[in-house]
Amino acid sequence: MSASTLSRRKFLQISGVAGSAFCLGYYFVSGATEATFLNPVSNNDQDGNIEMNAWISIHPTGKVTIFSHRAEMGQGVYQAIPQIVAEELAVLLEEVKVVFAQGDNKKYGSQVTGGSSTVRNSYKNLLKLGATAREMLLEAASNKWSVPKTECYAEAGHIIHRPSGRKFHYGELAAEASKLPVPENIELKPRSEYKLIGKPLKRLDTPLKTNGAAGFGIDKRLPGMLFAAVEHNPRLRGKVKSFDDTAARKIPGVKDVFSLIIKVHNTEREGVAVVADSTWAAIQGKKALKIEWDDSGFEHINTADIYSRQKEKLHTEEGLISRKVGDPDEVLARSTKKIEALYQTPYQSHACMEPMNCTAHYQGDKVEIWGPIQAPDWIQGFISDEMGIDKDNVIVNLTFLGGGFGRKAFTDYPHEACLISQKMGVPIQLLWTREDDMTQGPYRPGISYRCEGVVEDGMISAYKARMSGQNIDHWRSDKRDVANRNTSEGFLKPYFDSLKNVSFAEVQFETPIPVIWWRSVYASTNGFAYESFMDELAHEAGKDPLEFRRQHLEETRLHNLIDKLESVSNWKNRPKNGGYGVAITECFGTTVGQVVKVSKVPGGGIKIDQVWVVVDCGWYVNPDTIQAQMEGSIVMALGAATAHQITFKDGLVEQSNFHSYQMPRIMHAPPVEVHLMENDENAGGVGEPGLPPFAPALTNAIFDLTGKRIRTLPFDINAV
Amino acid sequence: MISLNVNKKAYQLDADPNMPLLWAIRDIVGLTGTKYGCGVAQCGACVVHLNGEAVRSCVTPLSRAAGQEVVTIEGLSENNNHPLQLAWKELDVPQCGYCHSGQLMSAAVLLRENSTPTDQDIDDAMAGNICRCGTYSRIRKAIHKAAELQKQGR
Ligand code: FES
Ligand code: FES
Repeated sequence: MSASTLSRRKFLQISGVAGSAFCLGYYFVSGATEATFLNPVSNNDQDGNIEMNAWISIHPTGKVTIFSHRAEMGQGVYQAIPQIVAEELAVLLEEVKVVFAQGDNKKYGSQVTGGSSTVRNSYKNLLKLGATAREMLLEAASNKWSVPKTECYAEAGHIIHRPSGRKFHYGELAAEASKLPVPENIELKPRSEYKLIGKPLKRLDTPLKTNGAAGFGIDKRLPGMLFAAVEHNPRLRGKVKSFDDTAARKIPGVKDVFSLIIKVHNTEREGVAVVADSTWAAIQGKKALKIEWDDSGFEHINTADIYSRQKEKLHTEEGLISRKVGDPDEVLARSTKKIEALYQTPYQSHACMEPMNCTAHYQGDKVEIWGPIQAPDWIQGFISDEMGIDKDNVIVNLTFLGGGFGRKAFTDYPHEACLISQKMGVPIQLLWTREDDMTQGPYRPGISYRCEGVVEDGMISAYKARMSGQNIDHWRSDKRDVANRNTSEGFLKPYFDSLKNVSFAEVQFETPIPVIWWRSVYASTNGFAYESFMDELAHEAGKDPLEFRRQHLEETRLHNLIDKLESVSNWKNRPKNGGYGVAITECFGTTVGQVVKVSKVPGGGIKIDQVWVVVDCGWYVNPDTIQAQMEGSIVMALGAATAHQITFKDGLVEQSNFHSYQMPRIMHAPPVEVHLMENDENAGGVGEPGLPPFAPALTNAIFDLTGKRIRTLPFDINAV
Repeated sequence: MISLNVNKKAYQLDADPNMPLLWAIRDIVGLTGTKYGCGVAQCGACVVHLNGEAVRSCVTPLSRAAGQEVVTIEGLSENNNHPLQLAWKELDVPQCGYCHSGQLMSAAVLLRENSTPTDQDIDDAMAGNICRCGTYSRIRKAIHKAAELQKQGR
């Protein structure tokens, strides 16, 4: 699936450019204004497709193309976007062609595929632009037949005249329809009439992924293309002092060797590039390099030191308050029964199955990029700024992504590819080896938490949480005096209405380790601390942990979720200390509750017998995609909780490949049962919110079974 | 020149005999369905069949494959209709899909050798294939499903 059929169209004057794509943190507001997305933006492309609006093109033969403005990395937008648009457009999904849009936020609003945002931020727009195009086609047909529009209806890619049974396929109407004024105040279908949305339809990308046909970034091929690999300093942020490339240049196929510097946030990463006629030759050349690194200043980075400093700070600093209700300090000061716990979570690599790679073709005043990229519009802006190329001449084409998890929203590897192509004057494909991926970061930050609380009369009278870990935003801005507004991400928001005294704070902590968002971002670690501590408080209160949560929540929507979780897991009938644990977290507009059931393995260790998941993501598109995302999130959470972590010794990352960064494998995947709450609330995210509750539900279950509290991740599940 | 038979087609490759089969297939033969994930026999993304056996092409030197029969994901079936491919599609197994060429090639050997694999058989045969997206439970279901389809002669 290539986006090359999308020739550059001229835009009509677009007023009110893409809404606020504020990029602090990781909230991405999708923002094409209506004027942008509803206007037919030009006439025909080179294949004769007629553009109805930015997302919909119709060929005179009737073939409908729907553009995916977001990246497909497994989470299912390649399915979800067409499934939404096709509903209102009234076309058969199987007959639609899906094409990835190029990076262009003037046209599409933010294309940053992160924050589980595609559906929840775009669905209303997508419904509307499907409906708008349909209305224009109806109008065109009624004009052609000179009949009232009300006598016509749309179905399966045709406009049908009800009284006479005459019909036009969309291709026969598109040219005329696209010239009509854009209608306003279109009525959208009620949910009860949906034919596609809400159904577990088959994913459109699956057939491409069972026979090798799906084009990932690494699969891009261009005439005359060379392959590149880069030896990066194994010590974080060290510099190249000198290098000897004699041996590397002797490897057959090696064409050139040179050093280069790329930007990593506001710092630099140095390396030596080897360009060759095959990936293998480039990797061989990389291995043959003799490089002298200047490591000065970074040898001090050590994992043990990081956590002891975090712990010390949590005991000596109050930090910046991000959220506060009442006065927990006052309650804590007067109480004789305060309980307190420290939790520790590790640095993590995203370890996307497809390592970082990017294909670039630099052509002087223009550069074209193909790659597994989560944020095409960011990359476009970044490359434009860094290389001094007009933004419209930075063409970013999306491929399928072999995983993303936040890592592929970063600019480093596309930047590197562009610089290498610039130097070589031909198209090149840059591949990071797995070792590059694992030793270079950026990583999810490892964060420590100190939680303090008081239970009085069986209820929480104070809940105070402090986190200390690298703030992802500090990498992008010098503003260090603002609280991380995501310190409470994962904690159920309604608790802020029902708990009388609660506070969250960030105790500032810096190291030179590059960090970035990782699936579910802060919630991925916060959830562990906050939901573990909730369990500790319930235990202190002598209450059933699920009932304890219910008693602290007033919102009906959450009560419904808790009721559901209770019934599907048969919670009430569980045996005492039968190995059941629960956790409920919220992020990206979706609440997920999980119950984990564990048992002892004869001879030692713990086995996960079952996971029950209840998801409340409001309005949703495809229940099977949601189920898949929950299943996958749990495996990823299991890995982060029990299998792997990134550690540092003398400035070096100690893991380099899957032998030292162990992944859950098929025998580790627990049985997962997913239930969806049905309601008409706004759509929430799906790709990330299933991850945070798993680790605390697991460790709470282990506590229930064994009386042992696990407060540090990862832990060895076979040694519990 | 190294002669190689890939998906029933003969190729003459002018390449370093130490080059792993993976890169020869991808960069020289030009079939990109076989994937690189680790390069050190840890992840299974690169699994192909060499004379019918599942091998990790990232650690198989081209010289070892010389004159032999190689089958890649592109050659698993004529029309994306191997029982495993049908089952994979029916259960929508892939997420990102990157690992699934290797998953399917490993599973194909299992299913050929064992027409009714148990969960334990599946765990044993598939333990070498990592899926970062965590599609494992669907892989297991789909292998059982494919075993059924195979029995029905599909
Ligand atoms: S790439 Fe061969 S096993 Fe990972
Ligand atoms: S589907 Fe993404 S790695 Fe398996």
